[in-house]
Amino acid sequence: MNDLINISIPTASGYALLGYCVVFFGLVLLMCVLLVMGKIMTSKKAVPAAEKAAAEAEPTPAVKADPAPGTAGEFKLYNTEPRDAAMVMAIVADTLGKPINELRFISIREVTENEV
Amino acid sequence: MNIMGVLQKLALESGFAAFFTTDGGWKNLVMIIIAFVLLYLGIVKKFEPLLLCGIAFGCLLSNLSYFIGMGSNALYHPELWEAFLDSTSPYYHSYGHIMSNCGLLDFFYIGVKAGIYPSLIFMGVGAMTDFGPLLANPKSLLLGAAAQLGVFVAFFGAVLLGFTGPQAASIGIIGGADGPTAIYLTTKLAPELLGPIAIAAYSYMALIPLIQPPIMKLMTTDKMRKVKMVQSREVSKTEKIIFPIVVATFVILLLPSTAPLIGCLMLGNLFRECGVTDRLSDTAQNALMNIVTIFLATSVGATMVAQNFLNFSTIKIIILGLIAFSISTVGGLIGGIIMYKTSGGTINPLIGSAGVSAVPMAARVSQDVGRKYNKSNYLLMHAMGPNVAGVIGSAIAAGFLLSVFG
Repeated sequence: MNDLINISIPTASGYALLGYCVVFFGLVLLMCVLLVMGKIMTSKKAVPAAEKAAAEAEPTPAVKADPAPGTAGEFKLYNTEPRDAAMVMAIVADTLGKPINELRFISIREVTENEV
Repeated sequence: MNIMGVLQKLALESGFAAFFTTDGGWKNLVMIIIAFVLLYLGIVKKFEPLLLCGIAFGCLLSNLSYFIGMGSNALYHPELWEAFLDSTSPYYHSYGHIMSNCGLLDFFYIGVKAGIYPSLIFMGVGAMTDFGPLLANPKSLLLGAAAQLGVFVAFFGAVLLGFTGPQAASIGIIGGADGPTAIYLTTKLAPELLGPIAIAAYSYMALIPLIQPPIMKLMTTDKMRKVKMVQSREVSKTEKIIFPIVVATFVILLLPSTAPLIGCLMLGNLFRECGVTDRLSDTAQNALMNIVTIFLATSVGATMVAQNFLNFSTIKIIILGLIAFSISTVGGLIGGIIMYKTSGGTINPLIGSAGVSAVPMAARVSQDVGRKYNKSNYLLMHAMGPNVAGVIGSAIAAGFLLSVFG
């Protein structure tokens, strides 16, 4: 115990190196655990997605169903928060004087200062 | 009735007289001025005000009320705690002796000494932290590990400067940039250094926006700083619920000495994520966190009594703390540069500096510096991964030092 209180320089350097290695060892192991957990979770998510795709591939009735009321369909956001996108869509609909579900938005992207 | 005698007694018992009549009374005056400076930094300059205001006022109260040989009205009694830590004293580890003789701030300090406040703060931090960015990119943990370099370099430096092993370990942990961890480890290993270490840790955390950018600029090229990172994957609710359970189980089994800190951090995070304990999560994030912050800050400030604080060791600790912070930033950036090279230039190395814990200040600095060089760059969420990894990393570093020197 006295050796640790009046610690010598070689011992201190050894503990410093060992400590850094222990931190790395612990976090690398944790990283492996999280990577495995992530793989399991994403593969679980992929199974229902594949099932859904297969169901979509089945023959569909000749009559096309109406889109769900209020839906805007799929569109992409680039550097834009969903809340901001919702506001942009509402402003566009209001400016054009058309209901929002009759408009089709393909993507919304933030215009940076350099691009203006 | 001897009016003059009573007035003379009152005058001699006053703190004003004690500045000049007691042994080292002038040092109290210096500490009171230091407390004013700290209050100024907290209130006007907004340096970690939630903590610095409490610490500064605790320092003020203890130095106003305690003079050597005049301890009857003191709010904090250093000699009680010296007896508590002295294995040859009849009051060694006697909370009963403390309770029967304590002032108000001694009473608060029991929570620090028993390691209760830092652990409860960690519970609040866990309840406030979204570990999603870390789960989306677990490789961030490597940056959290790399950024602990300063802890061990400062530990070695402190040994070189003549500190004992436990003292050097407590000084080194300043490099973890995690106040509660620094306080927890120091109360266990070197309680006599608690005041300067807490001040150094919180001051440098507040100064991160000044300390880190020059180092980031020095270590990275213009091309590196402009790298735009792709959006991370979406993390499911189930993953977020499993995460605190897995981390607590895994890390505590690996290093049992981390149990109080990691256990509370992950308990708080479970409250946040599980979806059925919203009231507990809210309490841990707000009411409990605020109450504990008041007790922690004032009692840590109280330990800054003149005879413990005004010595050459304090200056050495302040210098070593700055070195620890800077080297940790360098370590994180080296990790970031290695990841930049190995990923074929898809990872921006600036996120490495966020590995120094200090949530979310260090991540904000990465975002700000990155945005300065590429206006369309948003590094914040990418930097939050290493940032929260740094919290776990500094707790593991503290656990290691505690198991060796405790």
